[in-house]
Amino acid sequence: MANPMKIRATAKEGVTEVKILMQHDMETGLRKEADGTLVPAWFITEVKAQYQGRTVMEAQFGQSVSKNPYLLFRFKGGTAGEKVSVSWVDNKGESRTDEATIAA
Amino acid sequence: MSNEIDLNRRKALKAGGGMGLLALFGGLSLLRPTDALAEWNKAAFTSKAMDEALTGLGATAPESNATAIQLTVPEIAENGSVVPVTVSSSLANVEQISILVDKNPNVLAASFTLPQGTEALVTTRVKMGQTANVVAIVKADGKFYRTAKEVKVTAGGCGG
Repeated sequence: MANPMKIRATAKEGVTEVKILMQHDMETGLRKEADGTLVPAWFITEVKAQYQGRTVMEAQFGQSVSKNPYLLFRFKGGTAGEKVSVSWVDNKGESRTDEATIAA
Repeated sequence: MSNEIDLNRRKALKAGGGMGLLALFGGLSLLRPTDALAEWNKAAFTSKAMDEALTGLGATAPESNATAIQLTVPEIAENGSVVPVTVSSSLANVEQISILVDKNPNVLAASFTLPQGTEALVTTRVKMGQTANVVAIVKADGKFYRTAKEVKVTAGGCGG
């Protein structure tokens, strides 16, 4: 299974801020190995964040997103102690889901 | 491009039969292991030119509006592999935010769908191959808006 994401969620004044650091090589498909062969494209294509069963963010990525993708967004609501879950899928069909508890 | 397909085919054959097909078609976004995600916008994400990418997003004639969209990027990026980009908007009912880099081999970097209750703000990091314009597209109330800023890149980061 792919490496875990780091997720930090903090609730303040009715808004929850979520910061995510995904672990993924995000190969563009344009990089060459030392012997000249192309490293195939391998990158996260979709990300979804959910809170209490509803989607709070959906993202689609292309090859131009940096290695170990970083994402920050905010949604209204969110209670400390509740969980935010984040999932991603990549172009090879690999996927990963992680959760974080919202801190006050 | 054909090298990439050959490699995928070789891997598919190695994996054997049905699983191989899954690997191949998975790469083409025809099969989704996790459901309930909108299909990856292949047309937009494989576009090599800005106009094509915008068409793929459905944003054919976005209105230039530098006040409605706040685009934050560094003036100079020392490392083109990790350029931080923040897009926020003061418009009401923002549904979607997209980030493009006009001189990248793959112009559309990311597209965010914001449900009701999610703030019109995203921060991420993109690769830039060379000095180029970072373009932010915001869809609000069904209408598209655009703003752009140039980022000077000293060391390109697309791997080419």
